[in-house]
Amino acid sequence: MSTTYRRHHPRWHRERTPIFWWLGRFAYTRFIARELTSLAVAWVALLVVVEVAALGRGPAAWERLHALLRTPPAVALHALVLGVLLFHSLTWLHLAPKAVVVRLGGRRLPDGAVLAGHYAAWAAASLGLLWVLS
Amino acid sequence: MSETTIEIAVRRYRPEVEVEPSWQSYEVPCRREWMVLDGLNWIKDRLDGTLSYRWACRMGVCGSCGMMVNGDPTLTCAAYLKDLLPGPVRVEPLRGFPVVRDLVVDISDFVAKLASVKPWIVRAIEKSPDDGEYLQTPEQLADYKQYSMCINCLLCYSACPIYALEPEFVGPAALALAQRYNLDSRDEGAAERMEILSQHEGIWSCTFVGECSVVCPKHVDPAGAIQRYKLDAAADWVRSVLLPWGKR
Repeated sequence: MSTTYRRHHPRWHRERTPIFWWLGRFAYTRFIARELTSLAVAWVALLVVVEVAALGRGPAAWERLHALLRTPPAVALHALVLGVLLFHSLTWLHLAPKAVVVRLGGRRLPDGAVLAGHYAAWAAASLGLLWVLS
Repeated sequence: MSETTIEIAVRRYRPEVEVEPSWQSYEVPCRREWMVLDGLNWIKDRLDGTLSYRWACRMGVCGSCGMMVNGDPTLTCAAYLKDLLPGPVRVEPLRGFPVVRDLVVDISDFVAKLASVKPWIVRAIEKSPDDGEYLQTPEQLADYKQYSMCINCLLCYSACPIYALEPEFVGPAALALAQRYNLDSRDEGAAERMEILSQHEGIWSCTFVGECSVVCPKHVDPAGAIQRYKLDAAADWVRSVLLPWGKR
C-alpha cells in the first residue's frame, strides 16, 4: 500500500485528552483539588455580601442570619470551609516566590525570604483587621 | 551468566498500515550504562529497522529525544534503563502533539509559536560592529541565564494539561524564552512581546499547574517565568490606568 507524504499529512494521529485527565498524575489531581478550593473562597465572599445585606435590613435580620449560622450543620460546614480556605491560602503563599523576584544589593532574595515576607504581610493584615474589629 | 534483559513496549503508529496506534514489545539487554535511547537504538539496529524516533546528540543538549516513558515526559538519553527494572518500560510519543509516525511527533505548532515571541535581541537602533560589543555585567547575565538553558525538548509542553486542552496556548518553553530576552539588558523588545503574550492565549492561559518546571531537564522553570510575566503585565495595566498619560 503506497502512501503519499505531504506537508499536511492527512493521517497524523491526534490523541484525544480524556475528560478525567486530571486523575492520571498526582500533581494534576492536586492542582484540580486546589482549583476546587476556590469554591470555598467564593462561598465566603458570598457570605460576607449576605451579612452586609442583613446588616442593612436591621437587627432582626442580622439576628436571624446568625441564629442560622449557629446551627450545628452551619458550624460543621464552616469548620470545613475554614480548613479548605487555609489550604488555599497556604498553597497560594508558597507559590508566590515563583512570581515575585526581589533583588537586594544586586542579589536575588531566596524563595524562603520572599515567603517569610508574605507571611509577615499576612500576619500584619490580620492584626490590622483584628484591631479595626475590636 | 545470562545478561539481564528488560522489556520495552513501544507505542507504534504506522499510518500506512493502521488507523490507531498499537503497542509492540521488544526484549532488549539492560546494560548498566544504557539509557532508554540505547534500548531504542538496539531495537532499531537488531530487531526492527522500521521503528521511527528522533535523536541526535545523546548527551542532553539537542533536545530531540523527548518521549513519554512510563507516562512521564522524559529525555530518553538521560534515563537509565536499569532504573526502570523490572520493566516493562512503556515508551510513547510526546503527549499533546500530533503523531507523524511511531515516536515522531510534529512540532511545527511550537516552532511557529516560538517565532511569534521574537526570541532574539530586538534593538530600536542596531549598533554598528565598529562601535564595539554590547557589554553586560555578570549580574545582568544572571538575570536571564536560567531561561537561556532551554533546549526546546518540549517535555514542558507534554507535561502541560492546558496545552493539551487548549492548543492555541503559546506554551511554557516559548514563554520562558520570551522572558529570557525580556530580561536581557541588551534587549529592547519587551513592549513588542508584551502585546503578543498578554493576550488570553499567552500568559493568561497558564493556570500554574507547575509540571512544566518539574519535568524540565535543564531547570529552566517556565512556570516561574510565566508567573513573573503575569505580575509584570498586571503592573503594566495598573500603570496604564493610573498614569494614562505616561509611557506604557
